[in-house]
Amino acid sequence: MADSDRLENSPIIANPQKQTKLLAALYLAQEEYGWLNPEAIEHVADRLGLSPGQVRSTASFYSMFNLEPQGEYRIQVCEGLSCYLAGGAETIIDYLAHLLNIQPGETTADGKFSLEVVQCIAACGSAPAMRVNDELYENLTLERIALIIRELEGGSP
Amino acid sequence: MPVLKNLTELKELREKARAQKADRENNKLTIILGMGTCGIAAGANEVAAAVREELDKRNIEAEIVNVGCIGMCHNEPLLDIQEPGGPRVTYTKVKPAMVGKIIEKHLVKGELSKRWIFGQLPGENGQTIEGLKTYDELPFYSKQIRIALRNCGIIDPESIEEYLASGGYGGLEKALFQMSPDEVIEEIKDSGLRGRGGAGFLTGLKWEFCRKAKDYPKYVICNADEGDPGAFMDRSVLEGDPHALLEGMIIAGYAIGAPEGYIYCRAEYPLAIVRLKKAIQQAYDLGFLGENILGSGYSFDLKIKEGAGAFVCGEETALIASIEGKRGEPRPRPPYPAASGLWGKPTNVNNVKSYAIASQIMVRGADWFSKIGTKKSPGTAVFALTGKIKNTGLVEVPMGISLREIIYDLGGGIINNKRFKAVQTGGPLGGCLPEDALDTAVDFDSLTAAGATMGSGGMIVVDQDTCMVEFARYFLTFASAESCGKCVPCRIGGQRLLEVLTRITRGEGSLEDLDEIERISKYMREGSLCALGQLTPGPVMASLRFFREEYEAHVTEKFCPAGVCAGMYAYEIDADPCTGCGLCAKACPTNAITGEKKEPHAIDQLQCIQCGACYEVCNFGAVLVKRKHELPVAEVNK
Ligand SMILES: Cc1cc2nc3c(=O)[nH]c(=O)nc-3n(C[C@H](O)[C@H](O)[C@H](O)COP(=O)(O)O)c2cc1C
Ligand code: FES
Repeated sequence: MADSDRLENSPIIANPQKQTKLLAALYLAQEEYGWLNPEAIEHVADRLGLSPGQVRSTASFYSMFNLEPQGEYRIQVCEGLSCYLAGGAETIIDYLAHLLNIQPGETTADGKFSLEVVQCIAACGSAPAMRVNDELYENLTLERIALIIRELEGGSP
Repeated sequence: MPVLKNLTELKELREKARAQKADRENNKLTIILGMGTCGIAAGANEVAAAVREELDKRNIEAEIVNVGCIGMCHNEPLLDIQEPGGPRVTYTKVKPAMVGKIIEKHLVKGELSKRWIFGQLPGENGQTIEGLKTYDELPFYSKQIRIALRNCGIIDPESIEEYLASGGYGGLEKALFQMSPDEVIEEIKDSGLRGRGGAGFLTGLKWEFCRKAKDYPKYVICNADEGDPGAFMDRSVLEGDPHALLEGMIIAGYAIGAPEGYIYCRAEYPLAIVRLKKAIQQAYDLGFLGENILGSGYSFDLKIKEGAGAFVCGEETALIASIEGKRGEPRPRPPYPAASGLWGKPTNVNNVKSYAIASQIMVRGADWFSKIGTKKSPGTAVFALTGKIKNTGLVEVPMGISLREIIYDLGGGIINNKRFKAVQTGGPLGGCLPEDALDTAVDFDSLTAAGATMGSGGMIVVDQDTCMVEFARYFLTFASAESCGKCVPCRIGGQRLLEVLTRITRGEGSLEDLDEIERISKYMREGSLCALGQLTPGPVMASLRFFREEYEAHVTEKFCPAGVCAGMYAYEIDADPCTGCGLCAKACPTNAITGEKKEPHAIDQLQCIQCGACYEVCNFGAVLVKRKHELPVAEVNK
């Protein structure tokens, strides 16, 4: 059988100097397109002389690249060490999953919320914490989370 | 500034930088602010704004210098005042509202308010103020020897002049102008430096393998992917002293014969990336990078690559794949990167601290370094102290120091005077040690022999309130989620192990599960492709070894002794120590606690939801964690 790794890695075929820019290009594309939709993937592939398959394969490996559209509010729950020691992530995620009726990594049907689990977000001093878009919420309790979600949903806080 | 073309110009610039620094210290009032990620998170930007406002208001002229993290993360934000010719006086936990008072007292009235002052760092010529403790006299610093962190929190990381003034690029100067590449390698070999990324491989030997490899070009890579929960040692160097890393990498490049290098930094460190970019630009501008460095004939280019959130990319072969723009999947070694790395070329991968230390070894010599620490683990170890410890932060200690000294003397012991239970080193791929291992010496071999690992410097301390099964499950959840999925033992083994532990913490485990843990762990250790899979069972194995009785209580009695696993314990008030102060009754959200004032209180088990609020607030240790079946059945049977 042919050694596909060898083929792929051969300087004759691979264009290493270009492919090494792939991660940086994906960050840029994600910023521009909001998420890595097929058009974004195509665009990057085209510019770097790679196949869309190659680009998607790399992108799908890394948690920072979104191959799905994101909700209007991206909820990122910290499961870092301090948050864990403060009794954090799991309870909070279960609760949010229940409130929003989605699993981590998913977006609500109305496109309003997506739920993610992330590592330390530098709020260790006031753990447990989560981030919604650029807003940081610290010292979380389930009661507060319910309020925050209700507020974001547009209901009265 | 023009490019430095030769040694003389470098020496002139360094002298100029030194003179500038001396001028500032002798003639100017300086205010120094801790601007690492920890300082900023604690509000350093707001403090800085308040400082500017106060100085303006009072018409006081001062230079404001931003520095990186000095290690006392628990005391941030930090503000130092250095009067002309004096020492640096450090104020801790500064709030914007305090700034006015500090400035008024210190600078206007000349009073030193001991309540807010942590200590003093003597000036360049050893000047001190009487009555204030110097850092060296304070427990957090007295046992530290700072090599990798030598400049962190001391100099402005965004100023190459400050780095030069502190002797920076002196190691590179020596390497380029006084030594051959082979001599540099000999020096590093003689120092006995072992890699600080975890495995502890001899750095000099690694450089030599790479130098001897026949292929060309060669590459130098810095592993700055630090992804362990609770670890921020490398971040501190990147943010606080980026030139120390750059210098080490250029020296390595020269020794190995590499024209190009990459720093692979995790994307979650935006401040580190900004500071690195700035440092690289400065190094190019002055000719420490690029063509014909300092006129030596040696050329070296350096680039930054940002990761994208995959822990496994810290593994060197995965990291290399990621730089190539591929999926960050590890591959089996050998061949080692030194023979076949980036694009199949000879590649040297070292940790941030390894490079930062190497540059200092070149300045001070192998002899100096090898006399610090222990024979087989010379030098220092950097630890990020976190968890239930009083002084969280960053310390650098000589190898051979005991865990007890680090946790109690530097760390100040356990918060709220609770009981120490375990310390985890090596993060999610390491292991924990119990109380009777506290006198273990901290070095690569002793920690491994004791059942943990050195790792790259995370040290997490937990107290009596941590369930060791749940603690192991936390690391397992982390590590197994990071499996790249390429090899079966790691992917499936991690999941299975997690299932077993989850079962146990839910009270659904059995004694056979403990054997099952050992079986799966063995399979993962022996069958996984890279160290991620091989080491993932580590934390579970260590906690099972040292805290077996806690696992057994979970499976045989369905009891969680730490009072963590839901439904596996009950609270009871011990009438003896209870003073009837009523704090617990006030804290209880379900009004389950009743009792007359000054009389012992009691918990109504039917109302209790085991939230732990009473346990947390009780000052007398009167709330106890009990097995459910120890309480009258009627009370427990909800
Ligand atoms: C899953 C995994 C993650 C790792 N993460 C890191 C890391 O974040 N930083 C690091 O320097 N080494 C990390 N290593 C170790 C590297 O593979 C490699 O041994 C190290 O960078 C070599 O540098 P040193 O010789 O200076 O220690 C990791 C290893 C594994 C298996
Ligand atoms: S661990 Fe959650 S913010 Fe740091």
